[in-house]
This record gives sequence, structure tokens and C-alpha cells, in this order.
Amino acid sequence: MAEIVVDNLTKVWSGSPAVDGISFTCASGEFTVLLGPSGCGKSTTLRLIAGLEQPSAGAIAIGGRDVTRRSPAERGIAMVFQSYALFPHLSVAENILFGLKVRRVPRAERDERLKRAAQTLGLTQLLDRKPAALSGGQRQRVALGRAIVADAAVCLMDEPLSNLDAQLRQEMRAEIRGLQRRLGMTMIYVTHDQVEAMTMSDRVVLMRDGRIEQQGTPAELYDCPASGFAARFLGTPPMNLLPAAAGAGLAPDVPAAAEGSIGVRPERLRVDAPGHGLTATVEAIEYLGADTLLTLDAAGAKLIARTDGHARHRIGEAVGVSCAAGDLHFFDAGSGRRVEANGNGCNAPERGEGA
Amino acid sequence: MSRLRASIHASLLLLPAVVLLAAFTHVPAVRTFIGALYTTPRGNRPEVFIGLGNYRHLLDDPVFWQAMANNVWYAALTIPLSVILALVMALAVDARLPGRAALRMAYFTPTVLPMIAVANIWLFFYTPGYGLLDQVLGLFGVAQTNWLGSRDTALNAVIAVAVWKEAGFFMIFYLAALQTIPHDLREAAAIEGASRFTFFRRVTLPLLMPTTLFVLVNAVIGAFRLVDHIVVMTRGGPDNATALLLYYIYEIGFRFWDSAYAATLTTVLLAILAVLAAVQFLFLERRIHYR
Ligand SMILES: Nc1ncnc2c1ncn2[C@@H]1O[C@H](COP(=O)(O)OP(=O)(O)OP(=O)(O)O)[C@@H](O)[C@H]1O
Ligand SMILES: [Mg+2]
Repeated sequence: MAEIVVDNLTKVWSGSPAVDGISFTCASGEFTVLLGPSGCGKSTTLRLIAGLEQPSAGAIAIGGRDVTRRSPAERGIAMVFQSYALFPHLSVAENILFGLKVRRVPRAERDERLKRAAQTLGLTQLLDRKPAALSGGQRQRVALGRAIVADAAVCLMDEPLSNLDAQLRQEMRAEIRGLQRRLGMTMIYVTHDQVEAMTMSDRVVLMRDGRIEQQGTPAELYDCPASGFAARFLGTPPMNLLPAAAGAGLAPDVPAAAEGSIGVRPERLRVDAPGHGLTATVEAIEYLGADTLLTLDAAGAKLIARTDGHARHRIGEAVGVSCAAGDLHFFDAGSGRRVEANGNGCNAPERGEGA
Repeated sequence: MSRLRASIHASLLLLPAVVLLAAFTHVPAVRTFIGALYTTPRGNRPEVFIGLGNYRHLLDDPVFWQAMANNVWYAALTIPLSVILALVMALAVDARLPGRAALRMAYFTPTVLPMIAVANIWLFFYTPGYGLLDQVLGLFGVAQTNWLGSRDTALNAVIAVAVWKEAGFFMIFYLAALQTIPHDLREAAAIEGASRFTFFRRVTLPLLMPTTLFVLVNAVIGAFRLVDHIVVMTRGGPDNATALLLYYIYEIGFRFWDSAYAATLTTVLLAILAVLAAVQFLFLERRIHYR
């Protein structure tokens, strides 16, 4: 009922496009993440959907209704700002109720909704406080409260967790995701943190320079990156990208392409004795507890391999790195796009389309 | 030991300022309170202690009561008018419009001008017959008016000058305060469906309250303190119609050289200001959100 359709949306700031003809659909009740590096146009896209900016071209429909020229209030959305945008002179309760009062919701219903939202978010004890007397996490909850009390079918969030510490961020991730599921909201969530994108979303829209680089489920983006950029953006550590000539030796029977690059995920690499695959030297060892990251140097090409548990290797040791042919991804030299399907089950996707 | 030396150093550093303040503010103030209890020494007649005699005289002085009434009217108009005008101008030049820097300058100019210069400009506006005001009104067929010479219009005419002069100054404070209000509050309110007026009433105005208190205190003080334009434009006339308290004090003290009675009037003026300041702080303070 609250499907969001963005069609060929463009926003030009004094000559240079911040958002350049993007199209995507966010199904009703789905959690969509807009992901991308700083300055790629995520916030601008979100603000266009919210109606806080006017598009230069293109259309936005929410729930089957064209809202491109409608005011923010007419779009039936709630929004959580990165800065939370709480009214500093109003108490937590008044902040949460602000919109309901503006919309002249009857008092009894207002109180009922406030009570429910406060319970959901654990704010019951804090209702009389001013925002200045709250911690960052509590302010975040108040901002969430303001969004959910509106009962809007669509919720937009712009990097809502970026002001929180790592621990709290992880908790809030699960909480926001849970809340969205329970309330059945259609969510568009902006972040530049690929971990947030992977863990929270139903769909990821990966942006770059105002265009969509790739969109699909987190698994699709991870398993079948549509370009070298997408391959490097998702996953920590990112996918290894080698010149095609250097990488061909990783797996048997790989057609030795002269150009382009070959990608392989760190966890897909096998590290054995020299003689298997490429020969490399161990340059650095990072022990992470559950696994260990090895930085390898294969004739000038750097590779990172993820191995289980403690490393059995020493720095300076010569090893052989290899992988299955199906784990290799091939990218075009010029465009950086994926060039061919091989045993890994991916088709070469069109630019901007799901795999 | 070093603490003692530090506090001696500190005291020595403060000394020049304290001496100046004491010599030119505190001692004269106390002398004023005391002087109000004596008669004015004249020629070979020395001053005599008469207790509250000067105050009794004051209660019977019709000109004092006239100046008091004038001043109350003057304050009752200049304060709200200048503050509201300042807020309106600040909201206007805070908006995104072309040439707003020039507009800000224009609004602020009266503040930069000395009051004497302002008064002279307005003297020209008010000149009967060929002054700007009469010329403009003449276009609509209004008969010429002696704005400053008539008892009915003189006080309001000087009030207009004061508002014109003060509003630009207060505008700067409002403008600075407006610019500290984050833009995303407006956006959050817009998403909730708040109209511009609702946003103004429920968010902007409350967030401007600390500024409003500051501006109000200044406006109140100004209403009792700013009389330069009276000196230039009307000298309290016609028939004391524009005599304000401070101007009356000036006349008593420096035209009639009755220093004891001037001291009495000064004490009354200070008491009024103190009460007004206390009232403002006590009543408004509670309703203000400070960040
Ligand atoms: N009001 C504006 N006026 C002019 N240019 C703007 C404006 N807002 C954004 N831009 C430009 O548009 C581009 C995209 O900005 P946007 O804020 O959407 O990036 P973002 O993806 O949200 O980045 P970040 O992760 O850093 O928040 C940037 O190059 C930015 O400089
Ligand atoms: Mg942004």
C-alpha cells in the first residue's frame, strides 16, 4: 500500500547533477538502504522523496499516488534526521506529540499513542526531560518515537546512527529493524556504512556519483557485484581485485584474459604450501579471534586472505594461494563492469538493474 | 604563600577599574541618594537636612506628574513597537531573498547614526508645510500639521523617532538568534504538517525568548534613558507635552540648578528602573528556555 516508486529522478545543483536519473522501487513494507560513498547523492535522493527538495526532473510516487509536486506533509511520511532535529525547548513528550498536535489529533488518542510509543522505545521515564538532558542514544529514540507515533506508512532515515558509539549503533540497528518489521513500515534508510546495509536491509541501492551502481538484495550485491566499485564497497575486508594477467593463476582452467581485472573474496582464497595456484609471500598477519587476515604479495599484486582461527603462517613465508574457478569475478578494464558469467551463478547484469 | 601573592596581584590588577567605577559611578550614586535629603545650597545659604521634604515637594509637582505620565506613554509605545518591528525586520532579512545583505544594512543604519543626527533628520521630516511628512500627506489632501508644535502630536512624533532608531539595533540581536536555530527543525516541522505560522508560534518564538528578554530589558532602559532627540527637537515642549523624566531631571539640574531636587528625581527614576528590571527577570525568566 505504501510502495515507493522513484522514476528517473534528477536533481541538479547549479549545473552539476547530484542525483542523475535514478529509478528504483521500494515495495510496501520493505527495508531499502541507499548506500554509497560520501557525496554520491544519498541524502539528496532522500530529501527529494521527502519533498524537502524539488527535483529537476523525474517523478516520485508513494502508495500509487504521484507526489512529485506535493508538500512534505501531504506525502504521508515520517523522517528521522541525522541530527535528530528535536525541538530543544520542548520536553520528550511534547517533541513526540508535536506532529499529532499540529494535525489536531484528539487528546485521548494522542495520549494513547504517546504511551504506546514510549513503551516501545523505553522512554516512559524520560517523558518530562528536555532533549539537552538526554544521552545521544536517548535522543535517537525520541526521534524514532516522533517517527512512529505519526503512524506513517513510510519512514525515511538519513544516517540516523552516525552520532552513536559502536556498541549502541549495533543495538539500535537491531531495534530499528525490529520496529520496522513490527509496524510494517516501508523504510528508506541512508547510510554509507556497508555493514548497516548488509545487516538491516531487504534491498540495497548502491549509488555512485548520483547514479545507481547496482541494486538488489544484500546477498546479490555481495555474491554478484556488478562492478569493481560494488565489489570493493561491500564486504570487510573488500574483494581482492587483481590485474587479469596476474590473477589468472589463482584457479585452474581460467581463460587468461589480457585486460580487465579479476576479483575474489578474501574468504574464498585457500592458502597452502607453495605450488598451489599463485606463489606469494606473507606480508602481514592480523589475528581477529575467529579468523585471521593474511596480507599476501603475489609478484607485486596485493591480496588479502581470510583463514580460520590462528594463522599457521609466519611473516615472510612463501605460500601458494588459489581458489575455485567459480569464485572468480571478471570486470571490464574500461567501465569496470562485470563482463561475463562463469560458474558462480551470476549473470552479467545491466547497469542499474538487479542481478 | 603563592595563593596570597596571586590574590594580591589580582586585586592590584582590578584596582584601576574599581577606582574608576567607584569615583564615577558608585560614589556619585550614593551622593545622589544623600543629596536628595538636603536642600540645594545657594549663595550664602548652606544646605539643610530636610529628610523626605524633597519627596513631598515632588508629590505636589504637577510637571513631575506630567513627565511621569509622558514617560509611561512613551515607554508603553516605544517598547512593544520597537521590539515587534525588530522581530518582523529580522524575520524578513533572515529569509532567502535577493539583496538581503543590502536590506540588513538598510535596517541597521539608523542604529549607527548618532541620536542627534537622527533627530535633525526627523526635524526635517516633521517641518510643517514643506517637511517630507507634510509633502507626502499633502498629496492625499491632508492639511499641513505642526507635528512637533502641537500638544496632540508632539509626544507621538518623538516616539516614532525612538522606534525608528531602536528597532534596527534590536533586529541585529533577533537576526543573530534566528540564525542559530537549526534549519532541520523547520524541515522536521514541515514533514509533520506544521504551517509557517505554527512553526513560528511553537518553535521560533519560544527559542527567541532569551533574546526577547535581553531586548526588552534594553528597550525599557532605553525608554527612560534616551532623551537626546527631545533636546534637539522639542526641549520638552510644547507646554511640557514631551517632557520625559530624564529630560525633566536635566532641566531641573542644569537649567534651574536645583541639584537637590534633581537628585530626588534621579533616585525615583533609578527606583523605577530597578523595579522594572526585577519584574522582567522574575516573570520572564521562568518561561524561558536557555540552551
Ligand atoms: N544545497 C546544496 N547546494 C548545492 N550543492 C549541494 C547541496 N546539497 C548537496 N549538494 C551537493 O550534492 C552532492 C550530493 O550531496 P548529498 O548530500 O546527497 O551526498 P550524500 O551521499 O548524502 O553524502 P554524505 O554521505 O556525505 O552525507 C554533493 O556533491 C553536494 O556537494
Ligand atoms: Mg548525507
